[in-house]
Amino acid sequence: MPKTLYDKLMSAHIVREQGSTVLLYIDRQLIHEVTSPQAFDGLSMSNRKPWRLSSNIAVPDHNVPTTDRSSGVNSISDPVSRLQVETLDKNCKDFGINEIPMNDIRQGIVHVIGPEQGVTLPGMSIVCGDSHTSTHGALGALAFGIGTSEVEHVLATGCLWQSRSKNLKIEVNGKLKTNVSAKDLALYIIGQIGTAGGTGYAIEFAGNCIQELSVEGRMTLCNMAIEAGARVGMIAVDDKTIDYVDGRPFAPKGNDWDEAVKYWKTLSSDDGAYFDKSFSFNAKDISPQVTWGTSPEMVIDINGRIPDPDNEQDPIKAESIKNALEYIQLEANTAINTVAIDKVFIGSCTNSRIEDLRVAAKVAKGKHIADNIKLALVVPGSGLIKKQAEDEGLDKIFTGAGFEWREAGCSMCLAMNADKLEPGERCASTSNRNFEGRQGQGSFTHLVSPAIAAASAIAGQFSEV
Amino acid sequence: MEKFTTLSSIATPLDRANVDTDAIIPKQFLKSIKRSGFGPNLFDEWRYLDHGEVGIDNSKRPINTDFVLNKPQYRDSKILLARTNFGCGSSREHAPWALEDYGFRAIIAPSFADIFYNNCFKNGILPIVQDNETMDELFTTGTEISIDLDLQTINYDGNTRSFEVDPERKRRLLQGLDDISLTLQYKDDIKSFEEKYLKKHPWL
Repeated sequence: MPKTLYDKLMSAHIVREQGSTVLLYIDRQLIHEVTSPQAFDGLSMSNRKPWRLSSNIAVPDHNVPTTDRSSGVNSISDPVSRLQVETLDKNCKDFGINEIPMNDIRQGIVHVIGPEQGVTLPGMSIVCGDSHTSTHGALGALAFGIGTSEVEHVLATGCLWQSRSKNLKIEVNGKLKTNVSAKDLALYIIGQIGTAGGTGYAIEFAGNCIQELSVEGRMTLCNMAIEAGARVGMIAVDDKTIDYVDGRPFAPKGNDWDEAVKYWKTLSSDDGAYFDKSFSFNAKDISPQVTWGTSPEMVIDINGRIPDPDNEQDPIKAESIKNALEYIQLEANTAINTVAIDKVFIGSCTNSRIEDLRVAAKVAKGKHIADNIKLALVVPGSGLIKKQAEDEGLDKIFTGAGFEWREAGCSMCLAMNADKLEPGERCASTSNRNFEGRQGQGSFTHLVSPAIAAASAIAGQFSEV
Repeated sequence: MEKFTTLSSIATPLDRANVDTDAIIPKQFLKSIKRSGFGPNLFDEWRYLDHGEVGIDNSKRPINTDFVLNKPQYRDSKILLARTNFGCGSSREHAPWALEDYGFRAIIAPSFADIFYNNCFKNGILPIVQDNETMDELFTTGTEISIDLDLQTINYDGNTRSFEVDPERKRRLLQGLDDISLTLQYKDDIKSFEEKYLKKHPWL
């Protein structure tokens, strides 16, 4: 029987079946400082050891400062944040887990460094105590976010109990318009299917528009599968995937490489494979997107107007629109490109890779951020991306245009470190969530692509390139 | 993990759709390296009028009397009612930890986000799915609800409704079983799988 990519990857990892749940073998666990301390604690209390040490790799990212780090962990001024990073360092040392520490040039956002280091490989089952683990599906891996109890379970047993998801195919064909990126594609799809549209499903993105995306663009798209409710977002392996992995530090070498490539080339859905649900979109219908509310599905074209709750038939939706507008302090029917902003954030596991920075730098080159912009931050996804950007002179373009150029980390995407919005501040952000208070209590987040973020910083309000 | 068999309590009606885990427990509280103590900061930004931080005395903070958790009649509630897609967003298990620490043992909603739904079962919380019609009744009657996990029923106002739950999850919840020790019963299966698997995929 023809199989989907998701079914193939599930089957390859099943240790045992028990009713509708399966015990899944986990090839790789990525660990960060926020969702792991209680898992290590549980392990110690039960006197257990990690099942297979080499399957784990850790990196601090959520709490790390993006400013000067020359005094190491002591550069973290918030004692609670510092303790969390120190706890990760200690746990990794005590249990013998490979850690990329804060001041290593390879440090960065866990979902950026996984693929960058070749720690993420096609065909792998990958978990992390972070919902954006769906990112790694861009390389044809089965990757999903888990809770802390499950982090402990994977550490102790190398496995995880899972119920099978249904298969959802999202096909996008045609050519994206100029200045429309993978981020706009992701936001557009979420706007169409809703934040619960993928709940219970594993999404496979397919179609010639998806094949045309770079591997980095594919990561941006799969990263946001969770914002459509799907724990898994994935894309079939092709030559681009294999070229991307080739030569990365943790990638296989020699004979192993040849064997691996042979296997990886089988990682796509068979012709005629059954999908429980499918959507199809045309790339030419998609314009640059901006969210106007407090959920990623509350999204419109950059030249669109904010919806009116009075025109919404569904009373629960109308109430949600009303609540969102009240929180975010905008009026129904306002043209979004007339709304002024206070801050700009370019970064996060969605949009902090070298291509994202190149696009933003191209827009900012030779220009300057508007007078009303209090802060425009550029936070690369890893130390290596930062270095590459500097080698290409992108840092100079950004700083010349009035942006701040920072060290790698999660930063203002969720504001667990010092980078946050003040109450009432409005931000054009390349991150993935616009929930109430996400970037700071009482602040307003609008999700956009790197190009729109840069153009909006220059214009002082939401603006096309 | 605490067992879950039956539960009777007044239900707290949180009449909102898409309640995300950032709202359930804001990020500043994720810096704790402990598993307990999150209850006072459950729904922090809706529950209090000021900004909450780790280490401040919550009993001295100004509360938002309009917010449903602060209404005196729901003080000892163990059941939360919500609208669709409850628990969406971040995978933080701090969300069920906070709900459990506050005293909620069951959540009834038309739908839940996947990761949150999983996390509930690991922490002795029973998430129950009911259709919109039943939810509307529950929200409007505002009475005492009784839940029987073994029978898979909820009772309110003389009505009985059934609910679905995976049999294995039900068994673990009824007996309060620890997942890891259960899985380690299959240690030999895992080892033999691993051996074959790594031989077939030598690059891993």
